[in-house]
Amino acid sequence: MADIAITNIRPDRAAVASQWQLIWWAFKRHRLAMVALFVTVAMYIVAVVPGFFAINDPIQQNARATFHPPQAIHFFDTTKGFEFGPHYYPLKLTRDPETLAAIFKEDTTRRIPITFFGRGYTYSVLGLFETDIHLIATTDKAHPLFLFGADRLGRDVYSRTVQGAQISLSIGLVGVFLSLLLGIVLGGISGYYGGRIDFVMQRVIDFVLSLPTIPIWLALAAALPQGWPATLQYMMITIILSFTGWAQLARVVRGRFLSLRTEEFVAAARLDGVPEGRIIFRHMLPSFASHIIASMTLAVPAMILAETSLSFLGLGLQPPTISWGVLLREAQNIRSIATAPWLFMPGAAVVVAVMALNLFGDGLRDAADPYNK
Amino acid sequence: MTDILTIAPRPSITAGKPLLEVRNLVTEFPLRTGIFRAVDNLSFSIEPGKTLCVVGESGSGKSVTARSILQIIDAPGRIASGSITLNRQDGSSLDLAKLDPRGKLIRSVRGADIAMIFQEPMSSLSPVHTVGDQITEVLRLHLKMSKAEARAEAISLLRQVEIPDPEKALDRYAFQYSGGMRQRAMIAMALACKPQLLIADEPTTALDVTTQAEILDLISRLQKAHGMAVLFITHDMGVVAQIADDVLVMHHGVMKEYGPVDEIFHAPKDPYTRMLIGSVLKLEQKAEIRLARPPLDTTADPILDIRNLTMEFGELKALNDVSIALLPGETLGIVGESGSGKTTMGRSIMRLYDPTAGEMHYRRANGQVVDLARLEGAELKAARRELRMVFQDPFGSLNPRMTVAQVIGEPLLVNGIARGRQLDERVCHLMEQVGLDPATRERYPHAFSGGQRQRIGIARAITLNPRVIVADEATSALDVSVRFQVLDLLMRLQDELGLAYIFISHDIGVIRYMCDRVGVMYRGRLVEMGEAEKVCNTPDHPYTQALISAIPRPDPRDRDHSRRFRYTEPSPYTEPSNVKNGSSAR
Amino acid sequence: MLKFVVKRLLWMIPSLFAVSFLAFVLIQLPPGDFVTTYIATLASSNEVIDQNTAASLRERFGLDQPMLVQYLKWIWGIVTRGDFGISFEWQQPVSGLIWERMALTLVLALASLIATWALALPIGVYSAVKKYSIGDYAFTAFTFFGLSIPSFLLALVLMYVAAVEFGADVGGLFSSEYETAPWSIAKMFDLLTHLWLPVAILAVSSTASLIRVMRANMLDELPKPYVTTARAKGLSEFRLLVKYPLRIALNPFISTIAWLLPNLISGSVVVAIVLNLPTAAPLLLQSLMAQDMYLAGAFVLLICALTLIGSLISDILLALVDPRIRLE
Repeated sequence: MADIAITNIRPDRAAVASQWQLIWWAFKRHRLAMVALFVTVAMYIVAVVPGFFAINDPIQQNARATFHPPQAIHFFDTTKGFEFGPHYYPLKLTRDPETLAAIFKEDTTRRIPITFFGRGYTYSVLGLFETDIHLIATTDKAHPLFLFGADRLGRDVYSRTVQGAQISLSIGLVGVFLSLLLGIVLGGISGYYGGRIDFVMQRVIDFVLSLPTIPIWLALAAALPQGWPATLQYMMITIILSFTGWAQLARVVRGRFLSLRTEEFVAAARLDGVPEGRIIFRHMLPSFASHIIASMTLAVPAMILAETSLSFLGLGLQPPTISWGVLLREAQNIRSIATAPWLFMPGAAVVVAVMALNLFGDGLRDAADPYNK
Repeated sequence: MTDILTIAPRPSITAGKPLLEVRNLVTEFPLRTGIFRAVDNLSFSIEPGKTLCVVGESGSGKSVTARSILQIIDAPGRIASGSITLNRQDGSSLDLAKLDPRGKLIRSVRGADIAMIFQEPMSSLSPVHTVGDQITEVLRLHLKMSKAEARAEAISLLRQVEIPDPEKALDRYAFQYSGGMRQRAMIAMALACKPQLLIADEPTTALDVTTQAEILDLISRLQKAHGMAVLFITHDMGVVAQIADDVLVMHHGVMKEYGPVDEIFHAPKDPYTRMLIGSVLKLEQKAEIRLARPPLDTTADPILDIRNLTMEFGELKALNDVSIALLPGETLGIVGESGSGKTTMGRSIMRLYDPTAGEMHYRRANGQVVDLARLEGAELKAARRELRMVFQDPFGSLNPRMTVAQVIGEPLLVNGIARGRQLDERVCHLMEQVGLDPATRERYPHAFSGGQRQRIGIARAITLNPRVIVADEATSALDVSVRFQVLDLLMRLQDELGLAYIFISHDIGVIRYMCDRVGVMYRGRLVEMGEAEKVCNTPDHPYTQALISAIPRPDPRDRDHSRRFRYTEPSPYTEPSNVKNGSSAR
Repeated sequence: MLKFVVKRLLWMIPSLFAVSFLAFVLIQLPPGDFVTTYIATLASSNEVIDQNTAASLRERFGLDQPMLVQYLKWIWGIVTRGDFGISFEWQQPVSGLIWERMALTLVLALASLIATWALALPIGVYSAVKKYSIGDYAFTAFTFFGLSIPSFLLALVLMYVAAVEFGADVGGLFSSEYETAPWSIAKMFDLLTHLWLPVAILAVSSTASLIRVMRANMLDELPKPYVTTARAKGLSEFRLLVKYPLRIALNPFISTIAWLLPNLISGSVVVAIVLNLPTAAPLLLQSLMAQDMYLAGAFVLLICALTLIGSLISDILLALVDPRIRLE
């Protein structure tokens, strides 16, 4: 067993372990990466059905709830002994008689129980069907629960953050997928054929990599007409982000192709009479698939950050589309964050998502090559 | 330089204290799965001025032993118990095993009392510092020399190790040196402070045999001149026989046998030692299977006739007008040192490279002759079914992501010969043929040892009922004990399947053991060609003579170095680096 | 070496042209032109411009010509006279608007670069040498955090903390009394007292990624045989560390300028907008919105050129310190 990295597996199991099995074993040893994987999966589940995890309709405005502070969920009811009963207390709005500033005070006399898998507003699941079942639902529609508080229009920041996950997380995936397509095709051509094609492609990649991305994105994004429908806008922004993202992936793909081209097992396959197509798909692709997946995973957070930055500057997605970047625009001026620091919550979501993806990708990269040379 | 070296007195062997005494040394590596003992209860001693060879196969712990002495074991290794007593020149003694590996005391020993040289001279020297910088550093550190003094001394050291033009060589970088020169520079660096003991960890393994002979000569001359003891780590019994006073045989971290060299070679007690020596002696003659075989029909039409083959990589002529013919059922050896073009030849025959010029006439089973150098497409594919290749690297030549059954079965599958159950049966049969258990066919290559993997490679080569197999250094990566099993397997298959082999190797012993005829290559040209016996024992060409003379003979009673010499090309194109006025060029 | 530098310098010429063309195409991309935007702006205040006026405006700005002609005119002006054209919006030459802002952008980027290096180098080396120590884990945690927080968010949070906790306004690069004042020692000093915050914000993410680069480099180098050789010579651990693995790990580190500079400049755009710094970024954003194409084009061109020069410098530095490249 001198040449696989994992040594704590029984030899008879390791003997018949495929590459993916070995990678999984190696990955599992990385505890932080496992946690990150868990968080990542959880977030993407939220992104698939944000409506289920939201409490209030994210676009519902509420004039009485302007800058409504966050409320806590209490799990135990101590009024009559000690019993489990998740609930919250509504906040009462009063005004400072002199400054007329809004003051919210917890009204502990009115306990509002919450239910799990209860009914709330109607939402659509991926456009397939509609339902009104939510993970958390309040029993008192007149006093909604604001877990992360409300923004200046009284919209629920928690539900908007959950809803934003859909756009923000998917734009990373779709963007990386587009970059990967470009990267694999161009990098693959470059690495497989070598020679002059490779030289030209290398120069192009170097050039693209030396460009400062944000000014270019700004210029491209500024070219988008303001009135476009949300889906088109979304597609364009993804394409803009992949415009620079592909170069990094192309470089990885090219490097792998070049080193694999000289591997003896590839030469052996050629001598075996294996056709080119099968050499690429059966021998070369599985050898770098894991590396590509790791690089992709590490590229997703960069895309998320980029979308957030662009939308934050007002050049990316536009309201009423809900993404984390769009939500953070609410936190743009110092006065609103001074009164409502909870407007930073979408930012926290960004940090958690990006960190989880980075850690996950990092662990994956470490585990990607289970064979020692 | 020779004069100074020869008049230096050789210190008399004192029956008193040994220079270094190792007692019950245990070196451990704490791993995830438990503690791995790399060196287990090892004891030995080295007398001043003497040479102790530690010999063993890969994983024997010989290298860890060497590193334990200076406490430079790679992390997480550490000395668990035992003592390493160094008796210094001033009469004081020091237990190196008890010292802090980062402390001042052990540092005053390293490079001053005990110096070390390593296997890979290229990676053992810094790529971004000049050789001079790295030599003067140790002089300034231990001998507190001034910059100018250190430089003058470094030049003198480079001169001592016979590096031409030392004033200029001092300011060059390691990557501008040749392999042998780098090891000379390493030796100069090690000898800078006139150490009492030189630890040499496989210093010649990465070098060609002629360069090895020179380095061994150099070490032994400097040893005599300085009265220095040498601890020499090697896997090569031939080298041991040539240089050792005492020998320590190691296997899996434990000592197998320890004694004077003559005793080890002529009266070995331990079965493992006997096996090691036996396998070297075996290479001194032709294989028994070979001798039992009826002589080849030398009048038959050649199965492969290579004419004026030339292969250029830009400026470099890797193959220069090579013509050679392979008879049916023959084993043709191609021998040469690194850069001789022997690998290029194998790869050109397989058309992994497209030769620049020349022809390769291959006679098919039906008598039709095709030129391999011109074949394309389907015809090339058809020819490649009959000409197969076994690669050198048993790790790199098998796709680690495919099971053994997939590896062996792929040629059958992609050529549409067998599929499904039939394929499975063929694979099982092939595995039996090469001595592998068919029950292990669903395993991945990582579950097999180096020798087993080479068997997998051989099974893959014989799947398509080939007629010619090109084996490129097929046994070089294997330990001696395994090497014979693979060689014998190849010969058995040859007789069973009527194969012809082109056997490429740098190892004359393997060629002599295995081949009928042999071609000697030197710088892209075929300089000699003839019966294996003849070429290996009484060669005609001066290069072959030099090559044969450089091979260390595995007999400590046969240490006549005077027959050794270096071949210098008698042409006006000789590169200056090849002309050396070393004492080895007698 | 000389050949290498000359080759590298010659390579700059097509790159710069490619960048200039890219910049020009980018700012031409939006449908319509400045005149359309101008008319729209006037229309919102109920002023109507007839077709003839619009056409004459276009003619004056040369907007009626094919794009290639416009580009050639533009680049010819830049190369021969350093004339970047006229800003439609500001009604004055672009070159008068950009230089001070570009200089401040450069100061900000360089200061961040230096801060990044000064922090990342020792921390990266420490993390590699003391692998899996508490310190290493702490720095690793920092690097992952630093990589995960968008710079504008960090800027916002710091602004919030400064405003709420200290009641200070930390935006801008100058105190109000110096904003329009001519350059003086006092103004320089004032700049320095304001510079640290944007520099710190920018340096966080680049330091984080550079620590990881340096740590990985060092971990690659530490087990190499030449380190063992140096140890076997009797060098002290610190000395051999600095002389050998650190020295060699520095080479890939130097090549990071090539991507660090584009990253820093990119990052500074968003941070500058949030903190309202008088650098190129806010004006660039404004000009992009207004389709003030020559102004925007000049900024995009200069920013890209800056990063190209960065990669040029890093390549030459690399050749200087690495004999393997120099002597090739």
